Amino acid sequence: MDNDKIDQIINKYQGDASALIQVLLGIQSENHWLSKEVLNKVSKELKVPLSRIQHVATFYKAFSLVPKGRHEIHICMGTACHIRGAPRVLDTIQDLIGIRPGETDLDLKFSLETVNCLGCCALGPVMEVDGKYHGKMAPAKVGEVLKNYD
Amino acid sequence: MPRINSPAELEELRKGILSKRDPNKPCITLCSGSACHASGSEEVAASIEEEIKKQGLSAEVDFRKTGCHGFCERGPIIVIHPEGICYLQIEPKDVPEIISQTIKEKKVVERLLYTDPSTNEKIVHESEIPFYKNQERLVFGSNGNIDPKSIDDYLALGGYSALVKVLSQMTSEQVLEEVKKSNLRGRGGGGFPAGRKWEECRHAPGEIKYVIVNADEGDPGAYMDRSLLEGNPHSVLEGLTIGAYAIGSHEGYIYVRQEYPLAVENVGIAIKQAEEYGFLGENILGSGFDFTVKVHRGAGAFVSGESSALMTALEGRVGEPRPKYIHTAIKGVWDRPSNLNNVETWATVPLIINKGADWFAQFGTEGSKGTKIFSLVGKVNNTGLVEVPMGITLRDIIYKIGGGIRGGKKFKAVQTGGPSGGCIPEEQLDMKVDFDELSKAGSMMGSGGMIVMDEDTCMVDIARYFLDFLSDESCGKCVPCREGIRQMLKILANISEGKGKEGDIERLEELSEVTGDASLCALGRTAPNPVLSTIRYFRDEYEAHIKEKRCPAYFCKELISYYIDPKKCQACMICLRQCPAEAIVGSKDQIHVIDQEKCTKCGTCFEVCPPRFGAVRRLSGEPVPSPVPEEARIIVRESKAK
Repeated sequence: MDNDKIDQIINKYQGDASALIQVLLGIQSENHWLSKEVLNKVSKELKVPLSRIQHVATFYKAFSLVPKGRHEIHICMGTACHIRGAPRVLDTIQDLIGIRPGETDLDLKFSLETVNCLGCCALGPVMEVDGKYHGKMAPAKVGEVLKNYD
Repeated sequence: MPRINSPAELEELRKGILSKRDPNKPCITLCSGSACHASGSEEVAASIEEEIKKQGLSAEVDFRKTGCHGFCERGPIIVIHPEGICYLQIEPKDVPEIISQTIKEKKVVERLLYTDPSTNEKIVHESEIPFYKNQERLVFGSNGNIDPKSIDDYLALGGYSALVKVLSQMTSEQVLEEVKKSNLRGRGGGGFPAGRKWEECRHAPGEIKYVIVNADEGDPGAYMDRSLLEGNPHSVLEGLTIGAYAIGSHEGYIYVRQEYPLAVENVGIAIKQAEEYGFLGENILGSGFDFTVKVHRGAGAFVSGESSALMTALEGRVGEPRPKYIHTAIKGVWDRPSNLNNVETWATVPLIINKGADWFAQFGTEGSKGTKIFSLVGKVNNTGLVEVPMGITLRDIIYKIGGGIRGGKKFKAVQTGGPSGGCIPEEQLDMKVDFDELSKAGSMMGSGGMIVMDEDTCMVDIARYFLDFLSDESCGKCVPCREGIRQMLKILANISEGKGKEGDIERLEELSEVTGDASLCALGRTAPNPVLSTIRYFRDEYEAHIKEKRCPAYFCKELISYYIDPKKCQACMICLRQCPAEAIVGSKDQIHVIDQEKCTKCGTCFEVCPPRFGAVRRLSGEPVPSPVPEEARIIVRESKAK
């Protein structure tokens, strides 16, 4: 990620240290992960110790300290999806792409994450790939959906 | 847009907006909330716009993309005003017919209407559909009529009139008294009286005070705050400004989860519009009162929804809770007096001011006034957001509004209050829903999630599910929560995997007591609720898991097997083709057999086996019969034998 982009995001909050989380969110959504260089730069610009940035970056779910795959799969594990069979959908996906939640496969094709609730309970179980929702999922349908991504 | 400097100017503006709107002009409203968006409302919107143009009706019909209508099960939803004709599950291909028939010819398109499942009768008007008819939509009702990106829509419905009333006719003490009198209790979980909280903050020493909207709705299965903030953001801003006036605060924050991008966007637009119109900023409506609002996005941590944790997060630090010997109303954000309420609470305030505390208090029960929005989800026919007066029975919510259990299954329990709540069994369905009754039953109101469970839901698994969630979300700062939840989770995982031991239930009860008593914040203190309430009402299920290694709901993977009954199997190949694990062997004329080694217990075969065969069986607590010998597996079909 180039330094100008980071400067832009930091400047939006006038270098205010209390905007740390907002700055990191901005960078995360732009770059999809936070590299060590990026964290060092944020630390310098906002005058926040790196240890505190690490604390924040590891505490919140939105941040990733490793690169993400080309396609991000989110499986909703909210209560409504859970009782409608989300664990089985997740099992099948793990078998199919060979990674567990929080991981990215070796050729950086898919990253798999579980989320607590996407708020589309009527469509449960829900799987989201790159922002597109796939509702009423079932173990037998997962393969069909993932085929469309490469 | 010039700034509005006085109540009179606002009324002038409102008149202007209304004079341009003909109440009899047809208007198509399309639900564009997150759930309908996921079911394709964006494509429907595009084809409506295109079709209106194509049929040359641009001048004769209005089109509005609104917030969530609530009936998410049947989205995308269209309501055509002024008649209130409601069409459900609309696809782009239905649009030309709607425009040519209903808008041009004033005819109803029968096939898109709601069909009453019991009488098979078609229902034309939104207000007559049982899902809506049995609700009392005070706070949520405007959602379906407003384009959330248009402040004029809000003003046309009388928006910001409560703010005018407060700033021009009431002292801050009077506002506070009115809210106290209404006995409005916080809708975010705790149910603490909002007026008392405001009063404490108002009297706290210090010049600078903060008011905060908590939109960090983390309870899985609850999404009413998102729908309000997405669908009617100005009502939240208006409530917040009124609260700020009563408390004497000039700075506000909206803490909203970054997982809700549409809510972040819409509330951002609303703030900008309110600033332009002069409902926010300096000298609001010429009253001399100043108030500004900032949006802070939450980065995804359930515990940060707790008030003291949220305030720490606002300071840009890790959102962990702290002990509250000193209330946040005295020392909150940056140690200054801070008042936090959730979205729904703030959105209720303008109603109380406009219509009075007495009007508000006529709804609800002795201890819980007004209405509450619930998200009715799970194994219920009509999933959606429902707003009902406090004191309605669970049975009315689930059966009258929710339309009963999906697929004709048997009701088992309803879970309320999210991970801090509990499960309520069938015997208590006639319980009146309010803050106190739910607590008495071992659950809680929480933010209003209501998850309906049927006979296929395993209660041990549900307890395990919530503890798994909580152990993941516990910040780890205090030992009772961090360790207590983890140990309880271990025991529950063992039980659901068939490794439960005699005495486990008692151990769970003991751990629950310590965790509940000794944890720092509400996350840990209420964590035992899912465990204790399931033990209290469904002890037999725990015992079946422990003693018989049997899951009565056929849910716990380690305790069940799938088996194809050779007498019933017609070798139709359906399950064999669909099995994602390729664990079914057989062929067209050969009875299918499940390879138990390969089977991942996903249940696909059970679901796809045609009901007229019903050959796939679930087994639990008993061994799988050995497969029939190869030679007995050949099926000779009657048609071919002849």
